[in-house]
Amino acid sequence: MEFIKHQIEKIKPNFEKGGKWEKHYYSFEALETFLFAPATTNGIKGAQIRDAIDLKRLMMTVIISMVPCLLFGMWNVGHQHFLAIGQAASFMDKFWIGVVQVMPVVVVSYGVGLGIEFVFATFRRHPVNEGFLVTGMLIPLVMPPDVPLWQVGLATAFAVIIGKEAFGGTGMNVMNVALTARAFLYFAYPTDISGSVWTYIGDAKAVAGYSGATPLSLAADAATTGTNVVASLNSFGAGWNEGVFSFWNMFIGIMPGCIGETSTLMCLVGAIILVATGAGSWKVIVSVFGGAYAMGLVLNLIGGNAFVEMPAHYHLVIGGLAFGAVFMATDPVTASQTETGKWIYGALIGIFTVMIRVFNPAYPEGIMLAILLMNVFAPLIDYFVVSSNKKRRLQRATV
Amino acid sequence: MGKFIRLKKGFTINLVGKAAPKVVEIEQPDTFVIKPTDFHGTYMPKPVVKEGDTVKAGSPLFHDKRHENIIYTAPVSGEVVEIKRGEKRKLLEIKILADKKVEYETFKKYTVSEIANLSTAALKEQLLTSGVWPNLIERPFGVVADPGVTPKAIHISAFDTHPLAPDYSVLYKGQDQYFQVGVDILKKLTAGAVHVNTHTTSEISTVFSQVKGVEVNKFSGPHPVGCVGIQIHHLDPINKGQIVWTIAPAGVIQIGKLFLNGIYDASKLVAVTGSEVKNSQYYKTYTGASVKKFLQDNLKQDHVRVIAGNPLTGTAVGKEGHIGFFDQQVSVLPEGDYAEFVGWITPGERKLSFHRAIGLFSFLSPGKERVVDTNTHGEPRAFVQSGIFEQVVPMDILPTHLLKSILAEDIDEMEALGIYEVIEEDLALCEFVDVSKHKVQEILREGLELVQQS
Repeated sequence: MEFIKHQIEKIKPNFEKGGKWEKHYYSFEALETFLFAPATTNGIKGAQIRDAIDLKRLMMTVIISMVPCLLFGMWNVGHQHFLAIGQAASFMDKFWIGVVQVMPVVVVSYGVGLGIEFVFATFRRHPVNEGFLVTGMLIPLVMPPDVPLWQVGLATAFAVIIGKEAFGGTGMNVMNVALTARAFLYFAYPTDISGSVWTYIGDAKAVAGYSGATPLSLAADAATTGTNVVASLNSFGAGWNEGVFSFWNMFIGIMPGCIGETSTLMCLVGAIILVATGAGSWKVIVSVFGGAYAMGLVLNLIGGNAFVEMPAHYHLVIGGLAFGAVFMATDPVTASQTETGKWIYGALIGIFTVMIRVFNPAYPEGIMLAILLMNVFAPLIDYFVVSSNKKRRLQRATV
Repeated sequence: MGKFIRLKKGFTINLVGKAAPKVVEIEQPDTFVIKPTDFHGTYMPKPVVKEGDTVKAGSPLFHDKRHENIIYTAPVSGEVVEIKRGEKRKLLEIKILADKKVEYETFKKYTVSEIANLSTAALKEQLLTSGVWPNLIERPFGVVADPGVTPKAIHISAFDTHPLAPDYSVLYKGQDQYFQVGVDILKKLTAGAVHVNTHTTSEISTVFSQVKGVEVNKFSGPHPVGCVGIQIHHLDPINKGQIVWTIAPAGVIQIGKLFLNGIYDASKLVAVTGSEVKNSQYYKTYTGASVKKFLQDNLKQDHVRVIAGNPLTGTAVGKEGHIGFFDQQVSVLPEGDYAEFVGWITPGERKLSFHRAIGLFSFLSPGKERVVDTNTHGEPRAFVQSGIFEQVVPMDILPTHLLKSILAEDIDEMEALGIYEVIEEDLALCEFVDVSKHKVQEILREGLELVQQS
């Protein structure tokens, strides 16, 4: 340790003002503070002691909350792979296929994103923000398992440059960066993000009867054909993956889908970590689920077509609702920043998710669009909450 | 009848080294210092003494151009040995080499019944010339009170919840009579009530429980419940255009002594606290005392930070420094200038945190006293709206929005968001819990000064 510390101290002057690599000071700072928490002390006046928290630890907490989703996702990628090609395999075989398929996506996402962060930090002369540590993990989890790596890189670059740096960098972005990446792929390569992309098949041949349909597309189809959604979900996969879309199977998440977002259960484990550590707002998580469920119930009451009549609790386990509620909607930068606002923001995400799913079958993945939409409206919600706080103060003054 | 107010938000910081309820008297420090910088709102303090002059306790030292009738006086008798000036000849401190025995300027003495009949003008005159006036703090802005106004109320916080704070039942033991006379005088200065705000969990000294003619309110909850700004917000909030005064019990007692004994008695007990002090206890001394003698042979190690005041709002003054006008506490903490290998993730029950993020387990044993050093535990970063500030400010105020409006220098917005109701100590916990390590108190004072100048 002393040796590393000594080496860092030795090269440090090169990066400081007047040094030959002065331009790269913030890149150096990022690596230095990664190795050693700095020896800086508090100022002469004001708080002489500080909480042991820092941004790195807070971000690590969020990353750890995503690990259950990641590990489950890796296994599930392998599991679905062997189901689709009709072979039996051991747990480790499935997990290994998943690791091989998923790790490159993670590496590309971090590599491209952090690379851009460092370049911008150097040009803009600001510290490298730890925010991308979380974004870089979120992006792979919302990618389909069979996504080409160049698309991951392109989407990450787009999200970081246009979604974040164009607005002034971390903390200034209006829309969730990881979702921007996902939305970019969704709109730029619509044909690639459909069909069999949800299961990694590789060079093998899919079994007879295999279909890449998702619960959301089945539900949308059911609405046009008029069949019962639950029945069509339960009967899907007969012959090669019986019961894959049964309610409990979808809750646990053993089904095709994005790498990390199929499992509502694992998302809830993540939610428990986020809420217990205080890293994520429980108000947002609860209100997204609550809003979606309530909207589902309202639609059930109104009735109309088969999708509208799908039981409300199915909305909570299909698609990426759970993942979006727990990891995307809670992003402190793009969410509503007032405590009252968080309830409204979350509930509207839930409501819009269900509305988009049911009434706009062209965009089945409603949660992504609902969160992006509410990201844009979050400042407006805050504006009203802050105004009401000001009004209370004004009213008091006149009494 | 007073009110009972229960607050939930906040965080009491439990540190090792609270003062034992033991008062010791040692040889008085050699030097005493009065720092004009202790008083917010003074903008051109002008000394009325020269180096070499001899003064008595209560002799004028300086006054400020804004309110020239407020006289700042010497706490002890002796010789003015140094008048320290900073940039642009700004007056920084006046140092007095103290006599062995304190001699006092004499002011007019009154009996309790005479005080009852005193005119407000005569009363103010005595308060202003003797040096006790600067104990009165005006809100908004936390500046020395303007003698020309009548505040809507006067608030006295009768307990301190800051880390390592002194116990008021020790500090003010036996001062009942002076405190009573003090509040009797204060009542003549306000159109409204004098509030004495006590805490439910600590034992209330008779000084506060037996006092007559005031509203005795009860509060419960964690720090910052002891900050008078928080109490005002819940009892009788400050609106635009309104003025409220606050005063610490020490100031009230000084006022009482001034009228009953006819002297400016700046004697006080100072709690010398902190994990690095061998004997945490109370010392009898005077306002502005040098800390040197309290720390002699009383430190566990040498690499320490000596803070005049408490660890949240105090000032690092060094081992030879002096306490400020309002300080009744010296805190000595380990200096934290060490780099910790991957310190941003290493777990530890030892690390004190309001958060519960990965590896920070201090929330499991909230009552445990901890040793905390002065390390920043992280680097400055952009604001992250994690909702944490809102959890430590028990007021209907949006701290993050207020701070952002200050950074944007938007005065209308600051007013609308309630800047009139807060001073540094009210938001000091935000600075402690901040993930992005902002200097919250410094930012707030800049905002207050901007609003004042507008």
